Order: sequence, then structure tokens, then C-alpha cells
Amino acid sequence: MIGVISYLVFFSTVAAILAIAVLGLNLQWGNTGLFNGGVVAFFGAGAYATLIFGGTPQEGQLGGFALPYPLALLGGMFVAGVMAWIVGILTLRLRHDYLAIATFGVAVAFENLMRNAEALAGGAQGLRGFERPLFDALGGGLAYNSLFLICVLVLLLAVYVFLERLIRSPFGRLLRAIREDETAARSLGKNPARIRLTSFITGSVIMGMSGGLYGTFYAFISPQDVLPILTFQIWAMLIVGGAGNNRGAVAGAFLIWGAWTASGWALSRFAPQEVQLYTGSVQFILIGFVIVGMLLWRPQGLFEEKLVVSQQGRTATKELQGDRR
Amino acid sequence: MTDLALEARGIVAGYVPELPILRDVHLQAARGRVTVIIGPNGAGKSTLIKAIAGLVPVSAGTVMLGDQDITNPRPDTMGAAGVAYVPQTDNIFRTLTIRQNLELVLRNAGADRAARLDALFGQFPPLAAKQKEKAGALSGGQRQFLAVAMALAIRPSVILMDEPSAGLAPKAAQEVLGMARALTEDGVTIILVEQNVRQALRIADHCFILADGQNQVDGPAADLMNDPIVGQIYLGGKRVAPA
Amino acid sequence: MIQHLADGILVGSILSLGAIGLTMVMHMLRFANFSHAELLSVGAYCALVFDGVFAGVHSGLAQAIGSLSLTWTLALSIIVSMAVTGFSAVAIDRLVFRRVRALGGELSMVFASFGVAMILRNILGLIFGLQAQLYSRDIVFAVMISSDPLLLIKPDQVFSLVAALVFMMILHLVLSRTTFGYALRAVAENPTLAQVSGISLQRMIILIWLIGGGLAAAAGIFYGLTNQINPVLGRDLVLPIFAATIVGGIGSIYGAVLGGFLVGIASNVALLILPSGYSPAVPFLIILAVLLVRPTGLFGEERP
Repeated sequence: MIGVISYLVFFSTVAAILAIAVLGLNLQWGNTGLFNGGVVAFFGAGAYATLIFGGTPQEGQLGGFALPYPLALLGGMFVAGVMAWIVGILTLRLRHDYLAIATFGVAVAFENLMRNAEALAGGAQGLRGFERPLFDALGGGLAYNSLFLICVLVLLLAVYVFLERLIRSPFGRLLRAIREDETAARSLGKNPARIRLTSFITGSVIMGMSGGLYGTFYAFISPQDVLPILTFQIWAMLIVGGAGNNRGAVAGAFLIWGAWTASGWALSRFAPQEVQLYTGSVQFILIGFVIVGMLLWRPQGLFEEKLVVSQQGRTATKELQGDRR
Repeated sequence: MTDLALEARGIVAGYVPELPILRDVHLQAARGRVTVIIGPNGAGKSTLIKAIAGLVPVSAGTVMLGDQDITNPRPDTMGAAGVAYVPQTDNIFRTLTIRQNLELVLRNAGADRAARLDALFGQFPPLAAKQKEKAGALSGGQRQFLAVAMALAIRPSVILMDEPSAGLAPKAAQEVLGMARALTEDGVTIILVEQNVRQALRIADHCFILADGQNQVDGPAADLMNDPIVGQIYLGGKRVAPA
Repeated sequence: MIQHLADGILVGSILSLGAIGLTMVMHMLRFANFSHAELLSVGAYCALVFDGVFAGVHSGLAQAIGSLSLTWTLALSIIVSMAVTGFSAVAIDRLVFRRVRALGGELSMVFASFGVAMILRNILGLIFGLQAQLYSRDIVFAVMISSDPLLLIKPDQVFSLVAALVFMMILHLVLSRTTFGYALRAVAENPTLAQVSGISLQRMIILIWLIGGGLAAAAGIFYGLTNQINPVLGRDLVLPIFAATIVGGIGSIYGAVLGGFLVGIASNVALLILPSGYSPAVPFLIILAVLLVRPTGLFGEERP
């Protein structure tokens, strides 16, 4: 029984951490229509930076500043935000798919840098030497993990409330206005590129927080944790939950993470020995089908609510419709 | 009763169904004549010929080409039906040479291609002289000639032209409109949208005035030109001097 | 230095072939297709299968040509794989992209392309295994062109480069000499006018997928011939191919060719100053540099 509860606490912690990242993505994609192809880079930046700022000094390695934990986490969020600022300023005034390509590139380059830069990030072995806050005081175990889960849930709720208020604020109305009719918004004296940049950075900072918590939970981060598949998982969570819908995003995170762990468990339990190596491939195909299938058959997500995105196609799409008739 | 080359009846059309730009518009174009559509900005003139050409969806009404229903055609099939459309801007392929532009529209002409190309160059000598140059390098008036040549290449029975004189110097505008008039001598039907009311009425046989997505007045061009009320209300407040 | 340059030119020709199709699709359908590089993998594995089939049918053809490791059966497989991959690209468009397009949303297409890439890549992994494979087990030694500076080139590399250039030349002749080529350029420049000039966009889209898929297959096979074939081939090449299209300017076929060579050379020459582990990040740096200096690329036009 304790085993089941421990596992549930463990599962919920990871799912809740990922849900925070999904909420960050929802601000970018669901509310602003920005395509972030490298969620994992901002997540990873938060994780690595939190561990570098908050970790104990290690030989031959940068960091180990041993900052108080809240400062370390804020530092992680800050680094993710700076990265988003650089990418955003370069791409947000261009054709919208440049952002997709550039963010995808950031993720590739980030993983590459973490894998190779031993002095900065510990290279392929990852970052160690981080002590979880209050771990000693509470003596670890289920009590600690439960407390950690509560903290994560509080932060998840805080982010949720923050975003709900944000999209109902004048800023949120601007986001919608720009998404629906950029020219009109511009003619009202608003600068769409700037507003999109703000939204992109805010979303990425939230992803950085998620990454920071993830790194804290495991007290370890390595290049294996920042592979592109995480980006796809977070997307699948959002698209299943329904873009533009924060409650759906959180539900999607728990649902997809549940499906992912369950499918992994089932494959390792029931699949024959010789196909065990291909467990990952099967799971990736499943995620791929979830993304494509949702787009084709239920683009509004499983939990439809108000505020559904209307990603209107322009130009060629319209012309193609003429041809299709 | 005149022989109608093209007739539109009760046209309701717009880019989105909820916001029709044209509301119950009709148009008749007599065979071998110039029919001009005029009206203030935003009246729906261009939308009307785009709807005929299949570029704007028609949600109600019919377009008849002779006795053939061509409502909501696929734009790429209009040429085969004998209707050519010359857009107002971007009506030539800038990155192709003049010759390539014409060869492109003649690509299905088969063995005839060389002869028809020669015939077009004979009709437009300035284009023949520059045939190896990129079309993007042509002057405004010559662009319109090339655009018309491309339309003629498919041997249409009806040519829809969207403001062919827009942006041209007065002399070039007069040349282009004069050429449109001349085309009718070969039996081609011309439907023309124009802002340049005075000149358009001079070359037109019949005129439709549109405002706010609806028909206002129509009649023989010569009559409308001399109608002071029409001049004041629809032609920008100025009386149009008789020819 | 000269060795890096030579390797860069070879890789560049492969990237160019991949980028031609990508730039056409990105321009016409207005979406960044992240699954395009997977067509290289599809082509490479397709050739592996046909090579085996043809060798089974006629073992005499399974002979290496001259000093290449390339056999007659593989040479034949290149053509067949190009066709099969081209039709696969059309089929994927029918099954996924066209339907997403009909629902509206260019960014949904980008999304879908990631999903398609993941499905294709991992299905290839399931069918052919995750380990790397080779077309030929024969060891072909590189020829020393010069000893100082050292320059080693394999005959297969020369073949791949020449064949890639031949494909590009054929495409160039089609674009500059045939009315079909004019139609392709016309659609790229002005889809509406192309339509009223009697060109069916639907048909052109199919042809673009066919050409893009065919050239991608050739690129994948040449990559497999000069390196190795593995299921993550597409994943490794997707960013360099995007870099090539952005350098050349989206929509420009000639730009894509030049961009491919530039990215290939730059990535290899960069290894002179960077540790080799960083090479996957180089295309990203190139993309950033282009976006900073000239976002429309070398030949691209502003079309926001």
C-alpha cells in the first residue's frame, strides 16, 4: 500500500511539473499562436541553471554557487527567459515558421552544448552535487516527497491563476486581437512583435520553472533529460488538453504522462525480450499518432472549452481552397 | 434582343460567407461589345469579376457563359471555357521572360504554339523586341500589353479586365483602353472594371454602375455619360464632359 | 583545411538535394516541414530493399561498378527509390497534410509534420533495426589525391557529387527550358495568376512533392553510400537542410542549392576551430547568423 502511495506521489510530482511546462506552452501556442519547436531547451535551461546556481561546488566545473534555493530557481527561470529573449528578438518579426525552426535549432544546440561542455554542465555525465532543499531536515522518504509534491502543486496552481488572470487582462485581450487580426492591432498603435515577444518570454520562463523543479526533484540533470522527445510529449499534452484551455492543459499533462508511463510499463512487462530495445520506438510512434490524430480529428482537444484557438490560414491555404472546389 | 456572351444574375459573393461584398448583383455583357463596370471605391467592382473568374466564392446566383452555367468555376478551368481574366496588379510573371510568359499560357497549344506565338508578337511589336527580357523589367503600359497578350493567347471569347489603366500615365492608359476597344473587332467580348470613368465611358458600349455591393444604374455608355445625375451621384460629384 | 573543404562540398551536395524539395514545399504550402528530412531516410532504406531484391533477381548485376562500392543493382535502385519516395511524399500529403490544410492553419501543418517525422523515423527503426547498415560490405579505400596537404577521397564520394550535380542540372534545364518548368516557377511566384493562367495548383502540389521526394531519396542514398544508413539519418540532417533553405532564401531553388553547399562547407570547416562534438550545433549558428544579417536569405523575397 505504501508502495502504491509512494508511486502515486512520484507520478503526480512529475506530471505536475510537466503540467507547468504545458501551461507555459499554452500561453505561447494556445493564446498567442507562437510555435515553440524547442520547449525542451527552455525547460533544460531552467533545470541546468537551477542546479548550477543552487548546487555545491564540484571540481573542475563551473557553478556550485550554493545559492539559497528560491534564488537558484529564480535564476533558472531567468536564464530560460534570456534564451527566449535572444531567440524571440531574432525571429518574431519574421515569417512565423522561422520561430519554429529557430526554436527547434535552439533545442538541438542546447543539448549539444550540455553534452559537450563538461566545465559548464558536466558533459554527458550530467550535473551532480545538488542537495535538495530541506532534504536533511525532513529526512527524505515519503514525507519529503509528499511535501515536495505539495510545493509543486502550489506552484502549478499559482501559474494557473497567473495565466488565467493574464489572459483576462488587457494584455490577454491584446494577444487575442493580434492573433485574430494583426493589421488591425497594429493600426491601433500596438506593436505586435513586442507583445508576442513578451508572451514568448513569459511562457519560456514558466517552462524554465518547470525544468528547475524537475532538476530539483531528481537532484540531477543530464543531456538524456533534454532530448527532443520531451518537446513532443509536452505538445501532445497541450494538444490533447486543447490549445487555449489552461484546465485542459493540466488534464492533458496528467493524461499523457499516465499513458506514457503505462505504455512503457506494459511494453517492458509483456513485450518479448528481443523487442525490449524497441520500446522507445513504439512509444514515439504512439506520441506521433496522438499529435497527428488530434490535429485531424479533434483539433480543439479532448476538453473543449471557450477560448478555442482559431489558427486561420492565409494566402496559399485560401488559394488552395479555390482549387479544391 | 441582344446576344449575351456572359450574364450574371443575383450574385451574392464575398471572401467569407458571413460578410457578402456583393448583394444581389446582376450584369449582362453583349457579345463583341465593351461592358464597363464603374462605381466608387469599395463598391465591389473587382469582387464581381473575381467572382466570375472563380477567385471569390459565390454563395447565391448564377453566372452563365452563353447557355453554359459557369458559377463557382475552378479558376484554372476558365481558360478552357473561353474566359480570360487579367488582374489589376501582378498580372504577369516577373521572374519569367516575356517569351516564357507567353509560352506558358500557350503550353497546351501543341504544334500550333510557334505560329500563335508569332501571331501575338505580330500583334504587339514592342513585346517582340523585348521577348528575351524578364517581364519584371517592363514599363507599366507594356506590362498591361503583355498581360492582355497572355489573355489573348488562349483565344478567349470573353476577357475580364480589372482596372487595366490603373497606375498608368494618361497616354498609356488611353492606349490600353483603345486596345481593349480594338479587340472587339475580332468578336471578343470585353468586361472592364475602371476607375478612370471618363476614358472608360468613351470606349464602352454599355455601363453598369455599382455602389455598396449593389447595382445602381445601367445603360448605354453614351447615355450615362450625358446624364448629369449619374455624374453627380456616382462619378465622384464631377460632371462628366461629353465626348 | 582542403580535406574539410572537400568533405564539405560532398555533404553540401546532399544537403542541396534535400533543400530543393523543402524550399519548394515551404514556399508553396507555407509551412516548415519537419518531416522532409525523413524522406531522405525513406529513400535510403528503400534503396537498401530494392538493392537486395534486384541482386536476388539477377546476381550478375550485383557487381561493383569500377572502383566504386556502388553496384549496378544499387544504381538501378536509386531511380526506383526516387520514384517510390516521391509517391510516398504524395501519399503523406494526401493522408495528413492536405487534410490538416483543409482544416486551416499553417502552424498546425508544422505541428503535424513533427508528428509525421516521428512516426516515419520510428517505423523505419522498427522495420530495419536501430543499428547502422551499409549498402556494401566491401571496403573501398580512399584515394590519396595529395599528401601535403593531405586529401583523401573515396570513389563513392566522387560518384555521389557528380550524380547530385547531374540531378541539379536536369532540374535546372527543366526550369529554364520547358513550359512545365515555367509553370513551376509561375506557381512559386504568383499562385493566383498561375491559376487564372490555367495551371491547376492541386496538380502542381503533387508534382512538387514528387520532385522533392525524389531528390530527397537521392540525397539519402548518397548519404548512405558515403556514410551509413540509420533510422536517425533524417533527425541528424533536418537542421542542416533547414539551414540551407534559410541561407538560400525560402522559395528559391537556386538559393537552396547554394545554401546546401554553403552549410556543408561551413559545418566542415568549422571543425577546424570547434571540437567535433559541437558539429550538430553549427547549422543552428548559421541560421542565427542569417536571421541576424539577412533574414530573407541570399535569394529570398520578403513575403511575411
